Amino acid sequence: MMVGIQARDGEGLAAAPEPAAETAAVKFSARRVSVFYGAKQALFDVDLDIVDRSVTALIGPSGCGKSTFLRCLNRMNDTIEGCRTTGRILLDGQDIRDSDLDPVELRARVGMVFQKPNPFPKSIYDNVAYGPRIHGMVRGRAETDALVERCLARVGLLDEVRDRLHEVATGLSGGQQQRLCIARAIAVDPEAILMDEPCSALDPIATARIEELIDELRANYTIVIVTHSMQQAARVSQRTAFFHLGRVVEHGSTEQIFTNPRQARTRDYITGRFG
Amino acid sequence: MSRDVVTERAQRLRRRHARSRRFRRLGAAAVAVALALLAVLFGTIVAKGHSAFWQTQIRLEVHLDPALLDPRGDASPESLRAGDYRGVVRQALMARFPEVEGRAAVRRVLGLVSLGAEYRLRDMVVGDPGLVGRTVPVWVPAAAAVDTVVKGHIDRDLPEARRPLDDRQLAWLETLAAEGALERRFNWAFLANADSREPELAGIRGAVVGSALTLLVTLALSFPLGVAAAVYLEEFAPRNRWTDLIEVNINNLAAVPSIVFGLLGLALLLNVMQLPRSAPLVGGMVLALMTLPTIIIAARASLKSVPPSVKEAALGLGASRMQAVTHHALPLAMPGILTGSIIGMAQALGETAPLLMIGMVAFVADVPGGFTDPATALPVQIFLWADSPERAFVERTSAAIMVLLAFLVAMNGLAIYLRKRFERR
Repeated sequence: MMVGIQARDGEGLAAAPEPAAETAAVKFSARRVSVFYGAKQALFDVDLDIVDRSVTALIGPSGCGKSTFLRCLNRMNDTIEGCRTTGRILLDGQDIRDSDLDPVELRARVGMVFQKPNPFPKSIYDNVAYGPRIHGMVRGRAETDALVERCLARVGLLDEVRDRLHEVATGLSGGQQQRLCIARAIAVDPEAILMDEPCSALDPIATARIEELIDELRANYTIVIVTHSMQQAARVSQRTAFFHLGRVVEHGSTEQIFTNPRQARTRDYITGRFG
Repeated sequence: MSRDVVTERAQRLRRRHARSRRFRRLGAAAVAVALALLAVLFGTIVAKGHSAFWQTQIRLEVHLDPALLDPRGDASPESLRAGDYRGVVRQALMARFPEVEGRAAVRRVLGLVSLGAEYRLRDMVVGDPGLVGRTVPVWVPAAAAVDTVVKGHIDRDLPEARRPLDDRQLAWLETLAAEGALERRFNWAFLANADSREPELAGIRGAVVGSALTLLVTLALSFPLGVAAAVYLEEFAPRNRWTDLIEVNINNLAAVPSIVFGLLGLALLLNVMQLPRSAPLVGGMVLALMTLPTIIIAARASLKSVPPSVKEAALGLGASRMQAVTHHALPLAMPGILTGSIIGMAQALGETAPLLMIGMVAFVADVPGGFTDPATALPVQIFLWADSPERAFVERTSAAIMVLLAFLVAMNGLAIYLRKRFERR
C-alpha cells in the first residue's frame, strides 16, 4: 500500500524512514499541538504530518484525542467555548492560525464530514449549493445546477435523487445523507476533507459505499478520517496514526502499523487487548 | 418457582395495572373539569353577550322638511349638516302619536327614540341631499331603556316606579310592535362605533382599533429587539458573570407585575419624554417592555433546541458565525420564536393595569386614527363598561369580552398558520 502511494506521488521513497516520506508532499504539519478544554488537557504535544492526496486514519480508544486533533485541522475547536489550542499547524507551509488566514477561509479549504449525517433541513439541491453560494463560487442558475449535479454525481448520488433534487434532504436514508454531506463538502472545492467517524451511524452496505467513495476521492483530496473500526482503517487508509491518552503513540504507513507495530501499546490495541 | 411466588407476582401486577388505570382516570377527570369550567365561562359570556349584537329599532315615517334641514336653503353639505334633525324626529313622532299632549308626555314619547336617530337621519341626508322634502320610512335605534325592556332584561311586570318605562310608554311600544314598526335588527352600531355615553350607540370599534394599534407598536418594538437579544445571548455572548447576571434579570423581568411597567411608562415616557397621554404609541411601548422578556426567553429556548450539528455543518463549510445563525439556526428556531411571541402578544392584548397608568382608561368617543390619537384598548373598554351603571352596558360588557376572545383566537390562529408555514420549509 505504501508503495502505491509513493508511486502516485512519484517520490520513490520506499526504503526511506517516515519523516523523509512526509517532506515529500505534506499537506498538514502539526508540531507540539496541545488542546485544553478549560483546565483539562485533551492533547499533549502532538507532532504529526499528513500526506497530501492520501487517506490518513486516526485510530485509538474513545477519548484519546483523535477527534480533537481532527477538529484542530480546520479550527472547529475554536467554536467550542473554553477550548484553547497551543502549538503550530501548517497547511501547505502556512500557519493555519496566521492572521492572514481567516478561519472561514480555512474551513472552505478544509472541508468536514461529521459522525452523524447532518444535512441541512433544506432541499437536496440547496444542501449542495449552500457552500458555493456563500463563497460566491457560482453565478446564476445554470452554473449552480451544473455544480450540484457534478458533486452529486461524484458521490454516486445523482442517479438516486435526480428527480427529487428539490425535496427535503432529511428524507434520504442515512447512507445517502452521509454521501450528500460529502457532496456538500466537496462542492466548495476543498483541498482536504476531514471525516469524523463518517460511518459509525451507518449500516454495513452504506459503510461499504462510503469507503469506496473515500478511496475514489483520495486521488484529488487529502483525507483524514477518524475511525473506531480498525478494519475500516486498514481498508481505506494509506497512513495511520494511533492515539492514546492524548498523545500520538505511533504513526506510519497503515501496512506497517497493522502488521508490524513498533510500540507494544499499538500492538495491544490493534489485537484488541484494550480499547 | 413456587406457587406462592407466582400468585404474589400476579397480584402485584394487578395492583400495578389498577394503579395506572386510576392515574389515567385522574388525568382524564382533570381535563374534564377544566373543559367544564371553560364551557361554563364561555356559556355565560355568550348567553349574556349575544343580545348586544341585536338592537331594537323603530320605524318612523319621517318627513324631511326643507325648512328644518336646510337652514341656508342651498342644499350644500354644510347647510345640511347644520339642520335641525331633532325637530324632524320630533315631528315624525308627533305625527305618529297625535293624541299625545302636554310637555311631559311629549318628552316621554321622544324618550323612546335614541339620540342616534338624529345622527342616522343626518348621515342619510348628507349622503343623499335629494331626499330633502320627501317623506321616507326610516329605521332608527330605540333608546337603551326600550331596548332592555324589549329584550326582556327588565321585567315589564315590575311596579311602574322601578321601571325605566312607564305604562304609557309601554302601551306606545305595544302599538308600534303591533304594526310592525318595532323590530330587533342586527346592531351594526356596536361594530362600527366607538364608545358613547348612550349604551345603544356605544360600540367596540374604537377599542378594537386602539388595541390593534397598540399591539402593532408592541410587536414592532419587542419582536426585533427580543429576537436580536436572544440571538446575541444564545449564539455570540461569552458565558461569564455578566451574561449570567443579564439572564437572571431577564427572568426576573418576566415576573414583574404589569402595573410596575405602567408606572415606568408614566414616569419615563409621559413625564420625562413628554409623549402624548392615552396614546397607542405609549401603550405599545409599555406593553413592549412587558413582552420583551417573554419573547427573549422563548427565542433563546428555541435557539437552544436547534441541533448543534446543523450549525457545525454550516461552520464546517466555511460559513461565518452570523451566516450559520441567520441561514440555519434562526429559520429552524422561527416556529418556536413565533409561538412565544404570540403568547407574549396575547398577554399584552389582555393587559389592563399598565394601560390604566398611562391614561388609556379615558372615555374616548372617537375611533383613533393614528398612533398618537387618544385611544382605549379592549380590556380597558370591558373594564369601563363593567363599571357603568346602565343596565344596557351589561350585555355590551359580555359582547366586548366575546370580541376580545375572537381577537385572541384570530391571533393564535395566525400563530399556528405561521408556525406550520415555517415548519414546512
